[in-house]
Amino acid sequence: MKQATCFHCGDNCTVEHIVYNEKDFCCNGCKTVYEIFSENDLTCYYDLQQAPGATPKEIQGKYDFLSDDTIIEKLTEFNDDKHQIATLTIPHIHCSSCIWILENLNKLNANITASQVNFGKKTVRITYKTEAFSLKEAVLLLSKIGYEPYISLEDFNTGKNKVNRSLIYKLGVAGFAFGNVMFLSFPEYFEVNEFWLEQYKPVFRWLMFTFSLPVVFYAAQDYFVSAYKGLKSKLLNIDIPIALGILVLFIRSTAEIILDLGTGFFDSLTGLVFFLLLGKYFQQRTYNFLSFERDYKSYLPIAVTKILNGIETPIQVYDIKKGDRLLIRNEELIPVDGILINGNANIDYSFVTGESEAVKKSSGDKLFAGGKQTSGSIEMEALNAVEQSYLTQLWSNDVFNKNKEDSFTTLTNTISKRFTIAVLSIAFLATTYWLFADSSKALNVFTAVLIIACPCAIALSAPFTLGNLLRIFGKLKFYLKNASVIEQLAKIDTIIFDKTGTITSNKKSKTAYKGETLTEEETVILSSTLRHSNHPLSRSLYNLLKQNNIITLSHFEEHLGEGIYGEINNQSVKIGSAKYVGQLQLETELSTAVHISTNNTYKGKFTFYNAYRKGISKLFNKLKKDYDLAILSGDNASELNNLKKLLPSKTKLIFNQKPNDKLEYIKHHQNNGAQVLMVGDGLNDAGALAQSNVGIAISENINVFSPACDAILDASKFNQLYNYIKASKAAIKIIKWSFVFSFFYNAIGLYFAITGQLMPVIAAILMPLSSISIVVFTTIATNLLGRKLK
Amino acid sequence: MSVIYVLLAISIIIAIVFFIGFIKAVKSGQYDDDYTPSVRMLFEDELVKNKTNKSIKNQKSN
Repeated sequence: MKQATCFHCGDNCTVEHIVYNEKDFCCNGCKTVYEIFSENDLTCYYDLQQAPGATPKEIQGKYDFLSDDTIIEKLTEFNDDKHQIATLTIPHIHCSSCIWILENLNKLNANITASQVNFGKKTVRITYKTEAFSLKEAVLLLSKIGYEPYISLEDFNTGKNKVNRSLIYKLGVAGFAFGNVMFLSFPEYFEVNEFWLEQYKPVFRWLMFTFSLPVVFYAAQDYFVSAYKGLKSKLLNIDIPIALGILVLFIRSTAEIILDLGTGFFDSLTGLVFFLLLGKYFQQRTYNFLSFERDYKSYLPIAVTKILNGIETPIQVYDIKKGDRLLIRNEELIPVDGILINGNANIDYSFVTGESEAVKKSSGDKLFAGGKQTSGSIEMEALNAVEQSYLTQLWSNDVFNKNKEDSFTTLTNTISKRFTIAVLSIAFLATTYWLFADSSKALNVFTAVLIIACPCAIALSAPFTLGNLLRIFGKLKFYLKNASVIEQLAKIDTIIFDKTGTITSNKKSKTAYKGETLTEEETVILSSTLRHSNHPLSRSLYNLLKQNNIITLSHFEEHLGEGIYGEINNQSVKIGSAKYVGQLQLETELSTAVHISTNNTYKGKFTFYNAYRKGISKLFNKLKKDYDLAILSGDNASELNNLKKLLPSKTKLIFNQKPNDKLEYIKHHQNNGAQVLMVGDGLNDAGALAQSNVGIAISENINVFSPACDAILDASKFNQLYNYIKASKAAIKIIKWSFVFSFFYNAIGLYFAITGQLMPVIAAILMPLSSISIVVFTTIATNLLGRKLK
Repeated sequence: MSVIYVLLAISIIIAIVFFIGFIKAVKSGQYDDDYTPSVRMLFEDELVKNKTNKSIKNQKSN
């Protein structure tokens, strides 16, 4: 029988199967959303895209803090007596149906006057009347139809955020000047000694000079700044020859028109800056599309529960004052530094320090902001305000901004170092020659070399190639932090995989229970405990055991890499590895198993049959030719035989790895000269992902938080990893080829420059021609590359 | 032949007008999102279709 899929969200209808209006639904939530839409004549939603929806989540009380006026004030862009405008981030926005439904919100509630989606940023800007509606109601409405907004501290100053549009202004200025200068310099290209042309030459020339002023001093200023910074840190970056070229172009052109020697090169100057900025804009645009900015603001919640005289009230994080008593629930982040009052604190500081091992604290100990509570609720007393806490200060520290990108020399900068030296030596050699041959031409030749060698085409190769590939990858659900990740990916020679959640799917695990039968009560405790853990195994097991009567635990602990512990009414349950529950391993296990003991008596085990991701064996067989492969697993060696059957024989299989062991393993390999790609998924890989040259996080759901990494790969595209790496290598080849092209253009130009016959018209033809042909070449080549990818 | 000054002035003024237009467009946020409008403009049809569907339904029920 064919498995029915939900008409709304596309999931398989396994647990529940509701048939309504001749359509299948996987749960009541999805059906409700469909009902809302069909009542309001919005079923077009389902015509634009098949199964576009998300199941609405239970949000009882979650957004109570949105009734607070000061929070509303902070979250809205515009706020007067009658109207409010708010921009909300909605992670689920993914298709045209989403745009359509969100821009028709006024049909669901007449109080919403306008809503506009920004697809790239995944935001919706809602304008609503405040008489009979509020921000909270808007958020609840969105959540009800499956578009739950994500509100974090980052949104706090949305209204005041100014978009930086300086690059596009600069691009506009350069383009404006470029067009006009071209137009003004046209008469002189043909060098006809016509009377009227001679007469008005100065007017045309000084107009061109005027147009070039904003280009040199406004549009091109970033290149001067970057070149100065490069020189200061003794780094010959690509911006040095560019800045030198622009400067020489401007000075020589100005000198030429003052001394009435010629037209100058204002056309080339403005054109050069315009094309360079175009490349920059293209790259920046791709960055905007994949916002990877994650500072503390996107981790911290916007509101926290404050306890005052035994009453719990939500207050906003910025309002926390010294001495406030706060309630931190399990899996919640500690927003400020404080003192632990009571509860069992087991704080995971991996966000802050990269140390994945949770730290145990007892009452009276100091807690630092940024830690994640991992074992039940705690109460703490704030020591200072959010801005002054250890975590937030950390972000102003330079060490934190040091990333892999800085320590990595890009291909362009490697080339530019040699290029700059070569250009300068050619310039001096040619000048020396002309000093003896014809000294009047010496200065002319010197400036001509610097002008023509301005590496416009080289500077454009990498941004256009990598920027375009980045966009192609993004469409294929492989999201890279920035363009330099592609270059690093191309250099990889060792690939290390995590096992659970990475090469196995955490959704499809099957289990079988072996051991003493658990009583009803024990099962309740078991699932209540499992509920608190985010480990993929716990989640799978919890889903399989799903109980309705979840009880609150009096005690909960999670031991990373070992197991979890739950306690209630003196009944305790331990779930985890055999060693952790106190069972000596007698038999060799064939599969991953989760052992259970209640009140310290061993009960039995849930054996997991790992469902490996589709195409895993094929992928490894492709990868084994070019890369050293290894699997680092935090679990025991039970899957050894299965993995051996699946994977090529030379794959190293290492089990029982603690988070820190993984990191050390990668470090060890890197010290031996390896370029390591780490593919992981969870918190336990955070250190390894950071240590590796490229860290890719596998994610079943891109919108859920994943640890700091260089790239996020959608789990469904996991088997394409080999092709993606191959494409990165091909991209480097494309860049190298475009370098060859630019050298070719430079050689032609240098011929004219060295022989002292560089005419403005030649420069004006050669410069745009080289830039445009490079842009066309890289774009076509990367698009062809992208077409091969699936 | 001073007409060339007039022509130059006119051409530059026109160019500047367009330039100001561009600056204004950027300021109003037109360039902030360059994907959604391309999808949005296709939705006009959907809304019309929606209305006609509605009228057909109404006729049937009457």
